[in-house]
Amino acid sequence: MYNATVAGNRHTFPDIVALLAKASPLRSGDVLAGIAAESDEERVAAQCALADLPLSRLLDEHVIPYEADEVTRLIIDTHDRAAFAPIAHLTVGGLRDWMLSDAATSVALAALVPGLTPEMVAAVAKICRAQDLILIAAKCRVVTRFRNTLGLPECLSVRLQPNHPTDDPKGIAASILDGLLLGAGDAVIGINPATDSPERAHTLLALLDDIRCRLDIPTQSCVLAHVTTTLGLIQKGAPVDLVFQSIAGTQAANRSFGIDLALLHEARDAALGLRRGTVGDNLMYFETGQGSALSANAHHGVDQQTLEARAYGVARAFKPLLVNTVVGFIGPEYLHDGKQIIRAGLEDHFCGKLLGLPMGCDVCYTNHAEADQDDMDALLALLVAAGVTYVMGVPGADDIMLGYQSTSFHDALTMRELFRRRAAPEFETWLQRQGLLDAANRVRPRAVPSRFRALLDA
Amino acid sequence: MSNDVTRRPTPNQEAADAWAPLRRLTAARIGLARAGASLATSALLDFRLAHARARDAVHTALDEAALRAQLEALGLPVLTAASAAADRSQYLLRPDLGRSLASSAISTLDLHAGRYDVALVVTEGLSAGAVQTHACPVLTTLVPTLAREGWCIAPIMLVRLGRVAIGDRVARALGADSVVILIGERPGLTAPDSMGAYLTWNPGPQTTDAERNCISNIRPDGTGYADAASRIAHLLREMRARRLSGVALKDSSDTTQSITSDLSGPSS
Repeated sequence: MYNATVAGNRHTFPDIVALLAKASPLRSGDVLAGIAAESDEERVAAQCALADLPLSRLLDEHVIPYEADEVTRLIIDTHDRAAFAPIAHLTVGGLRDWMLSDAATSVALAALVPGLTPEMVAAVAKICRAQDLILIAAKCRVVTRFRNTLGLPECLSVRLQPNHPTDDPKGIAASILDGLLLGAGDAVIGINPATDSPERAHTLLALLDDIRCRLDIPTQSCVLAHVTTTLGLIQKGAPVDLVFQSIAGTQAANRSFGIDLALLHEARDAALGLRRGTVGDNLMYFETGQGSALSANAHHGVDQQTLEARAYGVARAFKPLLVNTVVGFIGPEYLHDGKQIIRAGLEDHFCGKLLGLPMGCDVCYTNHAEADQDDMDALLALLVAAGVTYVMGVPGADDIMLGYQSTSFHDALTMRELFRRRAAPEFETWLQRQGLLDAANRVRPRAVPSRFRALLDA
Repeated sequence: MSNDVTRRPTPNQEAADAWAPLRRLTAARIGLARAGASLATSALLDFRLAHARARDAVHTALDEAALRAQLEALGLPVLTAASAAADRSQYLLRPDLGRSLASSAISTLDLHAGRYDVALVVTEGLSAGAVQTHACPVLTTLVPTLAREGWCIAPIMLVRLGRVAIGDRVARALGADSVVILIGERPGLTAPDSMGAYLTWNPGPQTTDAERNCISNIRPDGTGYADAASRIAHLLREMRARRLSGVALKDSSDTTQSITSDLSGPSS
């Protein structure tokens, strides 16, 4: 039982699950689940009670029982008590104050990573303002490597997302060409296939590998098929760089995705065996999003922001190259409008970075959400200020396969110029060699180089 | 693509012409004119128009009387009912209400309860324009095909503000072994009027999305009317023969898989 008295009114919260849920800033998914605060006052009362909660309580009182959920077991069994020791005496509010303090340097925050649990960072996020989420995340350093180096200071990378509604190879190649010319693709060139057909995925992997080799691009490719499909393709000798999978913060939600932790380990081991990375071996690529557990009716009454942080608890066990919160894709019944999408994007990036993940964000919305390009510009700029590792690059921000709006190659370039961010160093050197940069090191393609155009003749 | 009509020529862009042949390879917005690193004005406004049309598609109400009149020409009784969602904004936020029938609908359905092979349900989903335009042409081919093959078809049910699973409730109340629900899909920028067809064998409260088959992107520039009707008929025959639907039927036609089924179904 937790309680807080605010303005003379006593509010009580029966358990940690209710406390976390009621302390969460308003979002439609928690309302839909029937777990949101009943009033604004109750929400602040819950935040007051949460701020006073000793962090150690979050190690003892689990939001989903240890016996019932392998994600809880992963979080508890891998928690590093020694790394936790410096903050063991703090409350949730005390941890926020420490993270904002000058003592919380990049080095100190990195040392803390194994001592933090998803529930701790989710709790801190709930009492943070947007500027806190930005400032603290901007201090976190997470560097990962496969064929290039991602996450270095002052860098902003881009996933090139050249989707096509029928997976037409030439249509995809045309979008890749457009993205490369505009400096996108250093995070990954990654296709969402229109179907989960293994043959189709194999064809697309071969296409991506061919383009990468012919243009000698220092990057990695991925076809975002189900992990079982990718595992099968590895066994067939397909050129698999990264293993993709959507993940969530409960065992039951992961089961609805057709996965468990053992399967992810198996796929990672198989891909490591291919030894395709040249400068490092981070090769998992995970996507997440608030609301996914609720939509699978696998949320156990836990709020969607806490469960999202638990998905990062899953991700970090696999040393990923990239993690991406697809924040606005799920729809308005989970994140109603631009305000809720912006807040969720900042929370997700913050939680992921504190847990040591290379966080990117698909800054996006659907046409039935109350959001538009202005909202996306705001979230994108705030995330770049927060040091987001990478964002999406979709031709004209319009994904013609998935039917939603993400960020464009132009958006990413604009942010690089506005915030003086650069591509991954290996990739920037490549852009230079292709003659795509001007004298001021800005991406300014003059025409389509013949070497690029030749890709479409095959 | 309808919005190509509004895509203006891009002045002073030396690379613009070079992109013309590449644009024929994909409807993606490639080779857009720039101003510095940013989008040039014409490309900016093209996008804004496409988004406006998609938003209008989400919020446009169905002309129920007009659609009903069209459907009645098929020779079957046409019933109308509503989901439990009071209005469009509640519909968007409460998928559970869109899956349930309004209490007034129950008596309508009870009056027509019987034994049917298939129930046909039409609901606007996220794009009223999609079902307004595409539902009748698909059913005009489908209904006679099924009738010729001896299917006993329940009255056509036109439901206001329904989600996919409301078809299960309708079929159960009418006493139908299977259900086809035609529903407006999430509008995309290039296709604000795409219709989906979801098919379920033995529909009821226990049905999960894994037990459905989907034909998506039904519109003249996507999955055409005749193609959609023949695929629906094919799947219905398979469902009846094997007494199941969903993932287990997927292999028979790999193009029936919904393309946006990853995180959350477009209108499930």
